[in-house]
Amino acid sequence: MQRVGEIIEASTTDFVAQCYELYQLPPLGGLVKTKDASVELYGIVYSATTTSLEPGRRPIARGKDEATEEAIYKSNPQLTKLLKSEFGALVVGHRQNDKLYHYLPPKPARIHGFVYLCPPEEVKEFSKSLDFLNILINTRLSVSAEELIAACLRQMSRVYEDRHAFLVGAGKELAVLLSGDLNQLKAILGRIRE
Amino acid sequence: MSEQNAQRLGIVVAGSLTKGLEVRLDSAVSVEDMAVGRYVTIEGQKRRFFGMITDISLGVIDQKLTVTPPDVADPFMAEVLAGTSTYGTLHIMPMLTIGGEVVSLDEGPQQVKTTPSHFATVNLASQTDIELVFGKEDEKKFYIGTPLDMETKICLDLEGLVKRSNGIFGKSGTGKTFLTRILLIGMLQKSKAVNLIFDMHNEYGWEGTSEQGRKVKALKQLFPAKVAVFTLDEESSRRRKVSTDFVVRIGYDEIEPEDIGLLRQTLNLTEASVQAVYLLAREFGQKRWIEATLNLGDEEETKNLLNRLSIHESTYRNLRRGLETIRRLPFLLAHSPDNAVKRILDYLDRGTNVVLEFGRYTDVTAYILVANLLTRRIHAQYRERMEKALGEDIAAPHPLVITIEEAHKFLNPEVASQTIFGTIAREMRKYNVTLLVIDQRPSGIDEEVMSQIGTKITCLLDNERDIDSVLAGVSGKSELKSVLSRLESKQQALIFGHAVPMPVVVKTREYGSAKSYKEFVSVEEGEVKKKAEKDIEELWK
Repeated sequence: MQRVGEIIEASTTDFVAQCYELYQLPPLGGLVKTKDASVELYGIVYSATTTSLEPGRRPIARGKDEATEEAIYKSNPQLTKLLKSEFGALVVGHRQNDKLYHYLPPKPARIHGFVYLCPPEEVKEFSKSLDFLNILINTRLSVSAEELIAACLRQMSRVYEDRHAFLVGAGKELAVLLSGDLNQLKAILGRIRE
Repeated sequence: MSEQNAQRLGIVVAGSLTKGLEVRLDSAVSVEDMAVGRYVTIEGQKRRFFGMITDISLGVIDQKLTVTPPDVADPFMAEVLAGTSTYGTLHIMPMLTIGGEVVSLDEGPQQVKTTPSHFATVNLASQTDIELVFGKEDEKKFYIGTPLDMETKICLDLEGLVKRSNGIFGKSGTGKTFLTRILLIGMLQKSKAVNLIFDMHNEYGWEGTSEQGRKVKALKQLFPAKVAVFTLDEESSRRRKVSTDFVVRIGYDEIEPEDIGLLRQTLNLTEASVQAVYLLAREFGQKRWIEATLNLGDEEETKNLLNRLSIHESTYRNLRRGLETIRRLPFLLAHSPDNAVKRILDYLDRGTNVVLEFGRYTDVTAYILVANLLTRRIHAQYRERMEKALGEDIAAPHPLVITIEEAHKFLNPEVASQTIFGTIAREMRKYNVTLLVIDQRPSGIDEEVMSQIGTKITCLLDNERDIDSVLAGVSGKSELKSVLSRLESKQQALIFGHAVPMPVVVKTREYGSAKSYKEFVSVEEGEVKKKAEKDIEELWK
């Protein structure tokens, strides 16, 4: 299981994790998980940022005399230590006593909890039920729901042999959930079709 | 049970007992695969319902979709929206409950008195379900056809059928004659009734032709031992190489004033002329009146007679013209050498079915005159025997089914109260005589008679009035109307009434190929064999 970071901020609905390596971010819409004693929390990556380690210190442009971008990092090796990559994940479900639930866990994640990217089998297992789409639709986030849902479904469809069938099934689920908002439905469907 | 392999269609979402149920189709089911007239079962919580699809419609979850339709050129979009945002709905008329209750387990399907609850599953009816409702082919049940798009046999309870008068309706060329042939064969095989068929177009006794011009065998060729062909036109029969059993001749002395009353319309007689007939009959006697009237020659004498009977000159002319038309019918003689009624009754008593061919005399006057005249006497005989049978505890005569074509000429509101056919239709089976009415203009038949018809079999009708008159008094009329007007013009018929538990659309079984004859006849042979075996067994007891 690929470890992608460590939690540095947590709430009931989401958590923020910092990557160990700069730019080693999980993809938007990817399914990640973290453990908290007996409960495993599942989250969907909804945002990612790379900023300066110190809030007051803004990076400055350094590439004037360099030929390539890589050369900048090469000649300033301290940069990787002064910058950090973080990502936010929306909690969409949890596993307790070997049972999967597609709703919020009783307690939020712990700080310094390790965050892993879920392997394909686990993504398959989790996406058997698409109940979590409701959470994605109804949570106000910095990223638009259409983008996030589309990204998430695209990510999940990759683990399926029959991607088309999975996407049609998810599309139908969305058509029911978004029966009152045709435009949003159209926007999402436009983003997930192959 | 059959639930596992049944094809699931959708769920009940709304409806009422009188107006039918709304069923939302599952997204996996294509609305284009559905057809009006198909059978479905509905799995209620306590009972199973049996119903028929009567309408199919399209729905959208959001009206905006109809205003700004999505890009259906994109197959993904179309696939996602089908069955979710856009969906098909079925309108289903629940007809019967099968299984579940104690009564329906004991007595078979029951009339529906409630609706299934919300979200009950709707499946396409399986073969077993249909067999449960319509029964299997057996000694009493006759296989008449298959439901649409299915291989199951739909069977009619013929013994029940012949207890009441029945009707076969349909536009010209929709297969009434074929259907009638099949039904007659059924009666011949599976019921105790004997048939008397007034065969206007010579189609039932011996060879007829199909619309493609192919020759089609008829009753006597298939069941020579059980059918006798009588003819009014020996010459025509001989030309067609029909082996006839008897040539019917009718004497003037057999025509009664009532017969003329019936012919009022076809002979273009006035009301006064019909009255004059009774006066003349009283004057000359029941037996002689036609001959005497036609022989009135001397002007002076005639005038005196008319004055005495206070018949107006013009009335007399009108009547005379009518009687001349009758006189021109070649099968009428001054006095008939043989008693046709007695002959027919002899055959019927032996259990032989009688087909009376009209040969070339296909005009309505001849048909009405002969059919009415013979039927009245036969009915009178039956009545007498039935009364005797009741009083003296002897066997009642065989139930008799009289088949008439162009029934609206006998049973229209003006004459239905006068003709014997009107009487038979109304009094039903009291005297063991019932009718099989064949007609293309059911709206011309008296309402009262129509309401007494037990089972109606109708092929395609497209005249609004005809459809209304056929469906009068049936529950779910408007739904059946849509089914009836969408029947195909060939080989399809809607059956409803006494002999079937619910209205049913059938594709009638094949008739006309060598294989079909074999199927009809083999049943017969099987029965004969069984009977012979039984007889032999009894012999050795």
